[in-house]
Amino acid sequence: MSDKIKVESFNLFYGDNQALKDIGLNLEEKKVTALIGPSGCGKSTFLRSINRMNDMIPGVSTTGIIEIDGKNVYREEQDLVQLRKNVGMVFQQPNPFPLSIYDNITYGPRIHGITKREELDMIVERTLVQANLWDEVKDRLQSSALGLSGGQQQRLVIARVLAIQPDVILMDEPASALDPISTERLEDLITQLKNDYTIVIVTHNMQQAARVSDMTAFFLNGEIIEYSMTSQLFTSPKDSRTEDYISGRFG
Amino acid sequence: MEQLVTNQVAEQKRPLSEDLKKPLPKILQAERRGRVLTYVSSWVLLLILFSLLIFITSKGAAPFISGEVSFAEFFSTKWNPGENSYGALSFILGSLIVSVCAAIVSAPLGIGAAIFMTEIAPKWGRKILQPATEILVGIPSVVYGFVGLTVVVPFIREQFGGLGFGLLAGVIVLSIMILPTIVSISVDTLQSIPRHLREGSYALGATRWQTISRLLLRTSLPGLMTGVVLGMARAFGEALAVQMVIGNSPNLPFNLLTPISTLTSIITLNMGNTVQGSTYNSILWSMALILLLMTLLFVVLIRWITKRREQS
Repeated sequence: MSDKIKVESFNLFYGDNQALKDIGLNLEEKKVTALIGPSGCGKSTFLRSINRMNDMIPGVSTTGIIEIDGKNVYREEQDLVQLRKNVGMVFQQPNPFPLSIYDNITYGPRIHGITKREELDMIVERTLVQANLWDEVKDRLQSSALGLSGGQQQRLVIARVLAIQPDVILMDEPASALDPISTERLEDLITQLKNDYTIVIVTHNMQQAARVSDMTAFFLNGEIIEYSMTSQLFTSPKDSRTEDYISGRFG
Repeated sequence: MEQLVTNQVAEQKRPLSEDLKKPLPKILQAERRGRVLTYVSSWVLLLILFSLLIFITSKGAAPFISGEVSFAEFFSTKWNPGENSYGALSFILGSLIVSVCAAIVSAPLGIGAAIFMTEIAPKWGRKILQPATEILVGIPSVVYGFVGLTVVVPFIREQFGGLGFGLLAGVIVLSIMILPTIVSISVDTLQSIPRHLREGSYALGATRWQTISRLLLRTSLPGLMTGVVLGMARAFGEALAVQMVIGNSPNLPFNLLTPISTLTSIITLNMGNTVQGSTYNSILWSMALILLLMTLLFVVLIRWITKRREQS
């Protein structure tokens, strides 16, 4: 398996505050990697570094390298539009735009220059089918996306991300605002999607990490403590801090 | 001091749940006093509003009821009070057109400034533009009128010929006056859009301008419209500054450079010079009624827009 994302000695500062310390890890293509760790450990910050969403926060500076397909996304000539088209992101709070379901899906493709009606129609159907939402919404594509349930909204957001045809999908605690049944459907969807996409998921829920991911990285205070196969990390962690965390002694 | 301490101890001993079941008489009294005060205030407000409505309506409807002036006459363009012609159509149209034009000029400027303040340079935008718009609100309308008279009117006279007084001068002065209304309401609307929507757009690879034009403007349209309509209502009701620059001739407002009149300018100019109870005086009340009805229409329009926003 080849490495899709390579991270080398990556540091991130909020002003003088170092939030990520010397992060280094390789993420394999078409695998699900879970980032776990207590609140404030830097896992979300790291996730947002991959598609450079942290750039929008004033006072953030970085050093080190994050390579996607062998190219450093922090190099000077990196096109942010292109980067974010390749690296989609799903947020903690379902954030459908207050537009119709159809317009939510086509928002990305339209931005990237697709205007033909038939083509957009095809994208809408394909992505909604992929996101297991088509049957629920096919009769009301023109009604507002805000009328959907939380779980449906989150799947719509995933469909919206799929519509820009990324290679990598970043998910920032995508199930934390969902009920158990919606969460289960979302996890099924993630398992399906990993056949075609490289997925990085931040989660608070260790069972979830164990269920959906192939690899797991444990973050603590801005550092990666342990990174290995999920089955290994949860059954025989090498570091005592990892063991303390996964057995629920803190966090 | 000692007493205070013992009081505190006594309060601590009594559980809160007891207190809530049986409030002290003192608290009850304060409660009642507060309620009476707010009730009285709201009733006074309603009373004033309704007496105003009734007063203006009865005064304004009087010339039509008594048959002194017919509706057809009133809604004609023939204005010559000396010969008993009281056609107010030019003024109604004058008010409408000057306000609509002012809103058309002001809306893009105001919304643009609001976008700058919220999306492009929030830091210094807020620091400089926010106080600047507040100052614009605080300037009395007579000052606007005076500046219009000494700067705008001569400028128009030199650039385009004519007297300088007229529709164009009115539009310029009014569009500056209503700018702060549009800016502040647009800023509030844009700021109320949650951050996660912007992030969602940026994360899909949208540029800032795409996010503004395709997402923010679309989702905040009802709020922005409310600001524009409120600005228009303000322009419609403005009297003093308009009267100083508009020219005050009973012409139809179809040329930017001709001096015209508005409902408000006619009322302020003539209210003091007419005899109470005369037809001329009553007709001015009818115009006031028209102003009131139009304002009401603006309010209804804003309500309708906000309601639609809540539904969507």
